[in-house]
Amino acid sequence: MKHIIDPLDLSVEELDSYLDLADRIYANPEKYAHVCDGKKLATLFYEPSTRTRLSFEAAMLNLGGSVLGFSSAENSSATKGESVADTIRVVSNFADICAIRHPKEGAPMVAAQYSQIPVVNAGDGGHQHPTQTLTDIMTIRALKGRLGNLTIGLCGDLKFGRTAHSLITTLARYAGIKFILISPPELEIPDYIRDNTLIQKKIPFQEVERLEDVIGNLDVLYMTRVQKERFFNEEDYVRLKDSYILDMEKMSLAKDDMIVLHPLPRVNEIAVEVDNDPRAAYFKQVQYGVYIRMALIMKLLEVNDIEC
Amino acid sequence: MNVDSLKRGIVIDHIKAGSCMDIYKYLELDKLDCSVAIIKNAKSNAMGKKDIIKVEGLLDIDLDVLGFIDCNITVNVIDDGKIIEKKKLTMPETIRNVVSCKNPRCITSIEHGIDQIFKLSDPENHVYRCAYCEQKYEKK
Ligand SMILES: [Zn+2]
Repeated sequence: MKHIIDPLDLSVEELDSYLDLADRIYANPEKYAHVCDGKKLATLFYEPSTRTRLSFEAAMLNLGGSVLGFSSAENSSATKGESVADTIRVVSNFADICAIRHPKEGAPMVAAQYSQIPVVNAGDGGHQHPTQTLTDIMTIRALKGRLGNLTIGLCGDLKFGRTAHSLITTLARYAGIKFILISPPELEIPDYIRDNTLIQKKIPFQEVERLEDVIGNLDVLYMTRVQKERFFNEEDYVRLKDSYILDMEKMSLAKDDMIVLHPLPRVNEIAVEVDNDPRAAYFKQVQYGVYIRMALIMKLLEVNDIEC
Repeated sequence: MNVDSLKRGIVIDHIKAGSCMDIYKYLELDKLDCSVAIIKNAKSNAMGKKDIIKVEGLLDIDLDVLGFIDCNITVNVIDDGKIIEKKKLTMPETIRNVVSCKNPRCITSIEHGIDQIFKLSDPENHVYRCAYCEQKYEKK
């Protein structure tokens, strides 16, 4: 039995096979409409998240399975003080696979230790979000045709941005990857990403404060939201806030074949005018997210692929 | 116990001056019945000052805990007044329930009954990280 807790729980080869399966599902979704008949997915969301939960549920329903679960800690036994360990031991009796979102970092790992069914980390605090990364790399591979030899810019809150952490960890294993990390000084990547992933593995990276200075070098721009409360001082906020808002003026400095990704929800960090630019890929990304989660569920439930 | 001449037991030597009480705590020496001598700020040619702990009657201690704290510590096993073994310390890959994670966002801050696990992530710089949230363990 396999769990997906950390992006490195999948080897590059496994990742490729997940992406290949997702591509086959994307090309022929109706073929897969019943491969998980009778199977149940539990979504244990201790923190509200409309997109990720609906994406998981849609994926399972598309495969013919059904879903159960809760969508906030208030609706669960967590308010009565039940531990994650106990909850998963109980849920293991009701479902065949579970996706867990929790505000505390490492909660999915605890769940995996006590679970009888595969556990998927659907986001833990400011730590990791491996299935968002599967979505991101499926989008990059589909639109750029490769996962290596790319200059990836990550912009915004890189300190608490779990989607950024998981994406860096995953892409760092491909050849010819270069990262440009664009954030205010307060919101730089955490040391476990800088030391363990980038420096130890000698991955080229650059840390800058302003998006407009580097956007012209990027093949992929990954935007995340910067919340005002995260800044330590008002002065930095006023000085830098516009640097983290993508508009057509900044897009005019970018390459013609750059793609823009965003884990969504967006607030104002991407101007609505950018949506019509062919380089905007964030809504496409949502669509890929369902297919890669279908592939993930099939793999973890060890459901055989349909012979074509 | 005569502090100078230990008949049978363990001498934990070359402890960085000032950290003997941490070791006393981590090894849970307070829970032992045997006599324990703690020598602070002893003169050392190599270190200037050092701490030493002598434990009488005990021949077995958790070397992983010592390796986690400081690999430069030396451990001598004494029997019949003579050193019978010098233990070599290495940094353990994993330590369990020795120290706890201080990250308030970590699941270990609210979930009871789970082990506190730290893993060696950078041997060169002696860095341990929480297995759950990856926060670095800071000594002080
Ligand atoms: Zn922790």
